[in-house]
Amino acid sequence: MYAYDSYDRTLVMERVEQFREQVTRRLAGQIGEDEFKPLRLMNGLYLQLHAYMLRIAIPYGTLNTAQLRKLAHIARRYDRGYGHFTTRQNIQFNWIKLSDAPDILADLADVEMHAIQTSGNCIRNVTADHFAGVAADEIEDPRIWCEIIRQWSTFHPEFSFLPRKFKIAVTGAPHDRAAVKVHDIGLRMHRNAAGDIGFEVIVGGGQGRTPIVGVTIRDFLPKEHLLSYLEAILRVYNLLGRRDNLYKSRIKILVAAVGTSKFAEMVEAEWAELKDGELTLPATEVARIEAAFAPPSYEPADPFPPDVIAKRAQSKDFARWMRSNVAAHRQPGYAIVTLSLKPAGGTPGDATAGQMEAIADLADAHSLGEVRVSHIQNLVLPHVKRSDLPQLWEALRALDLATPNIGLVGDIIACPGLDYCSLANARSIPLAQQLSARFADPERQQRIGELAIKISGCINACGHHHVGHIGILGVDKKGEEFYQVTLGGSADENASLGDIVGPAFAADRVVDAVEQVVETYLGIRQESERFIDTYRRVGTTPFKEKLYAAH
Amino acid sequence: MADQMVTANRLTDGAVVFLAADGSWVEHLAAGQAVPEGEAAAAQLKRAEAAARTEVVAPYLIEVGPGADGGIVALRYRERIRAGGPSIPWLADSRAEAS
Amino acid sequence: MPLIKQGRIAADPFQSVADGVALPGEGPILIGLARWQEERGLIEPRNTAIGVRLKPAEAVGQLAGDLDRLALVALEFPKFNDGRAFSQARLLRQRYGYKGEIRATGRVLRDQLLFMHRSGFDAFEVGDDITPEILAAEIETFSVVYQPAADGKLTASALRHPLPASQLTAGERDVPQVSCKCAH
Repeated sequence: MYAYDSYDRTLVMERVEQFREQVTRRLAGQIGEDEFKPLRLMNGLYLQLHAYMLRIAIPYGTLNTAQLRKLAHIARRYDRGYGHFTTRQNIQFNWIKLSDAPDILADLADVEMHAIQTSGNCIRNVTADHFAGVAADEIEDPRIWCEIIRQWSTFHPEFSFLPRKFKIAVTGAPHDRAAVKVHDIGLRMHRNAAGDIGFEVIVGGGQGRTPIVGVTIRDFLPKEHLLSYLEAILRVYNLLGRRDNLYKSRIKILVAAVGTSKFAEMVEAEWAELKDGELTLPATEVARIEAAFAPPSYEPADPFPPDVIAKRAQSKDFARWMRSNVAAHRQPGYAIVTLSLKPAGGTPGDATAGQMEAIADLADAHSLGEVRVSHIQNLVLPHVKRSDLPQLWEALRALDLATPNIGLVGDIIACPGLDYCSLANARSIPLAQQLSARFADPERQQRIGELAIKISGCINACGHHHVGHIGILGVDKKGEEFYQVTLGGSADENASLGDIVGPAFAADRVVDAVEQVVETYLGIRQESERFIDTYRRVGTTPFKEKLYAAH
Repeated sequence: MADQMVTANRLTDGAVVFLAADGSWVEHLAAGQAVPEGEAAAAQLKRAEAAARTEVVAPYLIEVGPGADGGIVALRYRERIRAGGPSIPWLADSRAEAS
Repeated sequence: MPLIKQGRIAADPFQSVADGVALPGEGPILIGLARWQEERGLIEPRNTAIGVRLKPAEAVGQLAGDLDRLALVALEFPKFNDGRAFSQARLLRQRYGYKGEIRATGRVLRDQLLFMHRSGFDAFEVGDDITPEILAAEIETFSVVYQPAADGKLTASALRHPLPASQLTAGERDVPQVSCKCAH
C-alpha cells in the first residue's frame, strides 16, 4: 500500500498544527461557531446527537496493522471503546471531545492517517473495490488512481467550497464492488479495443432525496488524462451547480437539469483547455505510486490444502463460512477473507478496540499486515493462504467475526440512525438487530441466497437503501417510527434504484413484512434465481399482494 | 400550552446539556428549567445564545412535559434519545479486555 | 473596509460605483459587468483605471477580450461557502493570463486566505479580524501543495521528480527544473 514520503507527512503535520490552532481559538472564544463549523467539518468533526463525532479517512478502504492498532487506541483512550465502519470505507467515533481532537489528529498523523475532507462541501474520501489488488477478475488495481485523486483533491484551492459534498469511487474490475454508478463521479477501469486500460467516466449518480443512477459522459478516458478531466468536471460543477437550495446542490441535479450530452459537451470544452497541461503527472510519479500497489511477493501456497478439504467435509460450519465469507484470489493458493461485522442481533459495522487489536494480530499472522474496509461495513483480510483458513476461522469465531453471512440476508447495511445522528427521523440499528436475529439461522440464510438489506434512518440515505435488494427507509409519521420498504435496488454494474412497495410499516410490523417478502421470493423463484433476478422478472405485484393483503 | 426548555451541546466535549434556572448548564434534563412556551421560552433561548460563544454550541428549544413517573421528560422521541443516550447498548469488549 | 495589497493595508484608489449611480467626474472606478458592457463608450475616454465587479454567476469569459484594459477585477464571496470566485480567479490568471489586480470582496474568512492566494487573488477586502500579518501567516500554513494552481508553487509531484542535470542547459542547472508543466 502507499506509504507517505516526506511531502505527504509534512502536509498532514501542518494540517494538525493548523487545526490545533483553530481549536484553540474556538475554545478561547476568539471565533464563533459560524466561522468554526466549516473548519471543523473539513477535519471530519461533526456535532451529533450526543457528542462530537469524528470521521477518520481510510483512503480507498486500505489499512495496515499499525493504523488499525492506532484506531483501537483512539477508541480506548478518547472514545468509549468501539468504532463504526461506514458505507464510504471510513471509521467513525461517536463520543469525541473537541478539546481532544487536535491530539487525536496528531496520533493519527503518526501512522499516516487523518480526517481531512471527510466532511464539508469538498471532495471526500475516494473509495474503491474492497478486493482491489487481489480480486480474481481485476483488470488493474484502482487504488493507484484513488491515491492519485486523493493527492490532487487534498486542499484543492479551487474546489474546497463546492455547492455540496463530492464523492468519487473507482472500480478496476468488471464486477463493480464499489457502487460507482451511485457516486458523483464513478470511474470504471476497462480495456478499449486496442487493449489499453482507461476509465469509463460516469457522473451524476447518487442517493439521498433524489436518487439517480449515474450517466456515462465518456466511454474511454486514457489514464494520463485523469486529473485534467476531473478538474474539468469539478470546475463546471463549481461554477454552475445550484447554491440556492441545499437539496438541489449535488452534481446529479446539474446533470439532470442540462442533460447528459450538454453536460458532457461542457466538460469536454473545459477539458480541451486543460488537457496535456500542468495536471499531467510525470510518468515517474505514476510509476512511483503504481509501485506502492505492486502485488506482494507471495510465498508459494498449496491451492488445495488437505487440511481445508478435510475440515470442509467434517465441519458444516466451516464449509458454510467458506462458501459465504471466503472469495477467490488472483494468486493461486490464496484467498480473500471477509470478517463479518454483522453478528446476529448486533450493530452492523461496529467493532470494539479489542476486536480491532485482535484483527491486527491476525492480519500480521495471516494477511501480510493488511486489512480492508468494505462499504458494506465489513472488514477484509486480503492475502490469506488457503492452508491458514481453518486456523483463521477458529480465531475469528472466538472474536465473533465469523458469522457466515457475507452477501446474505444477515449482511445488513445500517446507518447510525436516530440513536446517534442528528439528521435522522427514525432508528435503524434496532431494526437491523431485529432483522439479523429473525434470520439468524445460517442454513436458512444460505437457502435464501444473495440478498442485500440496506437501512437508512432518513432521506439522506447513508444506509444506501435505494440500492438495497430490500431497502428500508425510516420515516417519522406523527412522532412514531415507520419504515418504508423498497425492492429491487442494486449497487453493482447493473445498478438500479428500488421501487416503493406500498405504504410504510409500523416499527412492530416491518420485520414480519421483510420476512413475508423473503418467503414470497422463495415461493416463486425459478432454478437458481437470486432475489434480485426474481424481482426483475416479476416486479412488485406478488410482493405487494402478500404484504398488503387484507388480514 | 406546552412547556419548553433550552438545550445545547457543551463546547469542549459535545455533551448534551440543559439550561438550569441559575443560568448554568446541567447534564440531566430533570435539572433543567422548564418555561412556558412563547415569550418566556424565547427569553431563555436569548440568554443561552449570549452564553454560546464559549460554553455551548447550537442552543435550541425543546418541548418538555411530565413523565410517567412524575419527573419531567422531553416530549419528542428524538429529544428523549438525545437526553437519555442511544436506545441500544453499544458494543463493549468483554472477552478482549481479559486478554 | 480595509484593503490588503502587497502585504500591507493599502488605500483603495478605486471608487466603487453602484448600478444606476452617476459616474464621478474623474478618478478610477469600479463598476458592474453589465454597466461596463453597456457604457464602455463613455467610460474608456475618461482615461483612468477601470475595475469591473464580477458576480459569482457571471462568466469570466465575458471579460476575456477586455482584460488588457482593466486594472482590477473584483470577485465576490457573498457567503463564505460560495466558492465560485475561486474558479473565476483561476480562470482569470491561468486561462486568460490576466495580470491586473484580482480582489476578494464579500465574506472573506481568514481560513480561506490561502486558497484565495493560490487561486490568484492578490488583494483582499477584509474585516478587522484580518491583518497583513495574519494574511502572511495563513499563506505560509502549508509548505507542501499537491496540485498546481495560479500561485505557481511547485507541487509535491514536481519536487519528487526533478529533471536530471543532463537534460538541462547551463542556465537551467542553477534553478530547480521539474518534469511537470506547472504554471509559473
